[in-house]
Amino acid sequence: MSGRTTIPFGPQHPVFPEPLHLDLVMEDEVIVEALPSIGFVHRGLEGLVNRKDFLDFVYIAERICGICSFIHGMTYCMAIEEIMKIEIPPRANYLRTVWSELSRIHSHLMWLGFTSDAFGFENLFMNTWRIREKILDIIEATTGGRVIFGSCKVGGVRRDIDNATLVDIVRKLEDYTQDIEEITNIFLKDSSVKHRLIGTGVLTKEEAYALGAAGPTLRASGVAQDMRKLGYAAFKDIVFEPVIEQDGDSYARCKVRIREIFCSIDMIGQAVRKIPKGPVEVKVTGAPSGEIFVRTEQPRGEVIYYAKANGERFLQRLRVRTPTFANIPALVKILPGCELADVPVLVLTIDPCISCAER
Amino acid sequence: MSREQKMINIEKDILVSRIAELRDSGYRLAQIGCTTLEDFELTYSFDRDYRFMSLKLIVPREGAEIPTISGIYWNAFIYENEIHDLFGIKIKNIAVDYKGNFYHTAVKFPFGRDNTGRKGEEGQ
Repeated sequence: MSGRTTIPFGPQHPVFPEPLHLDLVMEDEVIVEALPSIGFVHRGLEGLVNRKDFLDFVYIAERICGICSFIHGMTYCMAIEEIMKIEIPPRANYLRTVWSELSRIHSHLMWLGFTSDAFGFENLFMNTWRIREKILDIIEATTGGRVIFGSCKVGGVRRDIDNATLVDIVRKLEDYTQDIEEITNIFLKDSSVKHRLIGTGVLTKEEAYALGAAGPTLRASGVAQDMRKLGYAAFKDIVFEPVIEQDGDSYARCKVRIREIFCSIDMIGQAVRKIPKGPVEVKVTGAPSGEIFVRTEQPRGEVIYYAKANGERFLQRLRVRTPTFANIPALVKILPGCELADVPVLVLTIDPCISCAER
Repeated sequence: MSREQKMINIEKDILVSRIAELRDSGYRLAQIGCTTLEDFELTYSFDRDYRFMSLKLIVPREGAEIPTISGIYWNAFIYENEIHDLFGIKIKNIAVDYKGNFYHTAVKFPFGRDNTGRKGEEGQ
């Protein structure tokens, strides 16, 4: 049979936590073309900058996403601080680094759970999330929130973490490392996992770069780009190299995220060893005037915030380019040639966050 | 925090050729954004080895129309469809044209008007 059939995939689908739609043009079981659609839950949050005081908007920015909420809030604060030339205390920069990396660990563990669930490995899903729960407990103990931290503010952070607690966090993470190794070894060595991931959805280095891919999707294709290398927050004082893999397939994207979990644990250890004493915020007076682009590295990749202000309490424009949005062209590229049964796993390998994309 | 970033104003008639030069120089397209003021301000941002630069194009609100750059950077289609659906700017010959169906918004072109006059707690 050589006829073509178009199959609508999503927006409601058992493996999609959020609404994403694909029109899949099929020849038998093989995808010939894929056309994604989003926009089912677009919230227009960027438009609220015209109605919220620039100091209060951090609450909205945090709610763009329920997974990397802290990094959204932090990036927004960094944009305002850049425009207003505010130098935040060093200790605040270190605390921002610790919370950023905790966000990355829990996000990657969440992704591992979703992916194992997508290829039918329920037990692995539950065990991955069991460990993630412990990371959320640390976040809850230090911020009071599990999803929305509410800890970042323009001028620093709202709350400190005492040094004894910081040391205890490092000790806990070291304790969890063995559990994480045990679980992630299954992803890396189990034949059924490898069967689903190796060689599927290949994105070459040239394609990943040309398509503007971001984060683990880009680095799994061999491009060593990680916005933490810009040195924002305390990353200028943290020794690390971007985690890269060369194969560009689903397995490589999985390996990058697994290795980044251990990299983040190491970064938190470095930050705790180097964190200086001192205040965690400065008083902010006046209103921003000017425009700026700020880039940070979320768990899913580079996020770009553009802020434009004219000296009033309300910004003229806030634009947020999220990593999921940047990775959609890469998704369109990797689907053709794959089988229908691989679609859920392939979509998940870019770690789509529709909440971010539909900000 | 951030490394130096350039913002260069550009005219519509040289937009495509300038962007083709950037592609040939090894820059990747990082984003395309739009701001509604008296006119539309479009920013095309590029990155190479962490060096970030943007081209700013001013487009009059009346009959706003710009050329696509998706022939140069294929991934531009996603940004161009977004700009069309949220701001109402016509973009000719997008590589993958959703024809206004990329976003399913309740209000047509919700960011197409200058909202900066409506300040305060309205609508909360």
